[in-house]
Amino acid sequence: MSATISPARKAEAPSISANVRGYAERVRGGDMGALPAVFGLVVLCTVFAVLRPSFLTAGNFANLLTQGAAVTVIAMGLVFVLLLGEIDLSAGFASGVCASILAILLTNQGLPWYVAVGAAILAGVVIGATLGSIVTKLGIPSFVVTLAAFLAFQGLVLLLIKGGTIIAIRDETILAVANKNLPPALGWGLLVAGVVAYAGLQLLRARKRAVRGLASDPISLIAVRVGALALLGGLAVYFLNVERSRNAAVVSLAGVPIVVPVIVVLLLIWTFVLRRTAFGRHLYAVGGNAEAARRAGINVDRMKISAFVICSSMAAVGGIIAASRASSVDPNTGGSNVLLYAVGAAVIGGTSLFGGKGRVLDAILGGTVVAVIENGMGLMGYSSGVKFMVTGSVLLLAAGVDALSRKRAAATGLR
Amino acid sequence: MTPVLELRGIDKSFGPVQVLHDVAFSVYPGEVTALVGDNGAGKSTLVKCVGGIHPIDSGEYLFDGKPVQIHSPRDAADLGIEIVYQDLALCDNLDIVQNMFLGREHRRGIVLDEDTMEEMAARTLESLSVRTVKSIRQHVASLSGGQRQTVAIAKAVLWNSKVVILDEPTAALGVAQTAQVLELVRRLADQGLAVVLISHNMNDVFAVSDRIAALYLGRMAAQVKTAEVTHAQVVELITSGRSGDLGLTNGVTV
Repeated sequence: MSATISPARKAEAPSISANVRGYAERVRGGDMGALPAVFGLVVLCTVFAVLRPSFLTAGNFANLLTQGAAVTVIAMGLVFVLLLGEIDLSAGFASGVCASILAILLTNQGLPWYVAVGAAILAGVVIGATLGSIVTKLGIPSFVVTLAAFLAFQGLVLLLIKGGTIIAIRDETILAVANKNLPPALGWGLLVAGVVAYAGLQLLRARKRAVRGLASDPISLIAVRVGALALLGGLAVYFLNVERSRNAAVVSLAGVPIVVPVIVVLLLIWTFVLRRTAFGRHLYAVGGNAEAARRAGINVDRMKISAFVICSSMAAVGGIIAASRASSVDPNTGGSNVLLYAVGAAVIGGTSLFGGKGRVLDAILGGTVVAVIENGMGLMGYSSGVKFMVTGSVLLLAAGVDALSRKRAAATGLR
Repeated sequence: MTPVLELRGIDKSFGPVQVLHDVAFSVYPGEVTALVGDNGAGKSTLVKCVGGIHPIDSGEYLFDGKPVQIHSPRDAADLGIEIVYQDLALCDNLDIVQNMFLGREHRRGIVLDEDTMEEMAARTLESLSVRTVKSIRQHVASLSGGQRQTVAIAKAVLWNSKVVILDEPTAALGVAQTAQVLELVRRLADQGLAVVLISHNMNDVFAVSDRIAALYLGRMAAQVKTAEVTHAQVVELITSGRSGDLGLTNGVTV
């Protein structure tokens, strides 16, 4: 107890170079965060862009985003379950069940879209509550419970949509989600509003902390962050606002796909919940050390059930997006590789399979990686077989990075 | 001086096994009371009864001289009794501030009030003269054993607690870190808190404690002032329940 933290040292604003150094130290220490996903994304995009110039067209970019949207949303929900060190293998078919309910209510019953969406999400809540209760109250490992649910939901989808029929969706609002675009001006407007709000919040926070004498981020760092957001967002909006239609006079295809702001809103909501509320803090605590959380008076069972509820509800949203994109629901909605891609997306993005570490943003990064592989290899003309094998290898690689970085972190005492 | 916490005639059984027999135990403000005893003497059970984790079968539980009912860890925490367990119960993936406020976060509306928590945590660590941590925003995973113990203790004193119970705080620590933690224990008592120190290490006990309570096979062998006994007497109390005039005769306290 001889070294000191003097009050002066506390108030000192860490410089930007100190921040960079801290980050480099964390990465070296094994806390890679989203780095592998970002790196992978850059490499994949470069390779595909060089080999297939059509990869870099506006049309393909928009296509890629809507292609990956459903998996990404399901992966965002899975992050919550993975944070607790649990798994939900049924999320794919849960999204199928919810999409079936949506389709039946919309098309067969003729109910308005908001009732159908509400019912689909409610179904997700019920599914999550049931799974979570079985896992916590009966103590069956989530792997087994959700594996059983995976099979059962597959059957439930078949029963709901009566054998192998396909239910078409004709509701304009639902179809718009994955098939329509924002007016180009609105895309720019939302981006500007978002960047201004982000900059304002960051500055306000830094000022409040500086006033109280707490260490705050330097203005230069905030400027870099805001600049990066503005640059990336600006590029994306510009690219998506380019006319994609072959015959613009007949149908105009320009603007940010509606599903993009939907995902951004979900990202903001869940990031706020995880980082700024006691509930989110408790989720991390349960994932990090369930016993410590229990002793701190946190109801561990309730946290687990809520995580499953969030996961299945997000699966329901993913199901709605999938239904919108396909304009129909069939027995395969949410089936085949959807779940595996979603788990892969969360893990590739940097969510730990061991619990306690992960962000909703990770799921989006990972989801983009998965979508880029799927899309790029499709353009290269590879068969599904090759795509599956490559995606599988990338997932294994990501899980390997996670496991190795844990080992490394344990060795350097960072975890 | 009246004890802040006093137990009288505590019995506790787990099924057919009676673990605590007619135990009396007093803890005084501003003093370090060492709770000693061999493995299986009932130290942990006694502490868990105090902390509300195990309900007592019979006996009186007095806090500030008034009888109270403790049914859950919450009840004990509400009275100002905090237990720092041997396995620390910290979350590696959270930082120091987050750990100190875990389960009792300050919020404004539904948003966490990080700034207030950070200030309070910094003030508490400063009041304990804790100067070994680089930043209170670093993850607990990156701390040494002694630093983790310090955080666990600081977490316990953050809540205007009156009684802090430390379960073998130095068991896993090296020499220098042990000295740091013992220094901290002494400082807590000097600030007016009642500190209970469970320890196997006689050097630690004699270094910081004002009183010693020795358990022997589930009975309180003796509660004595540290200044009035010798090392050897305490060891005798621990191993045979008696030492000369002190301790149990035929299982009854004299």
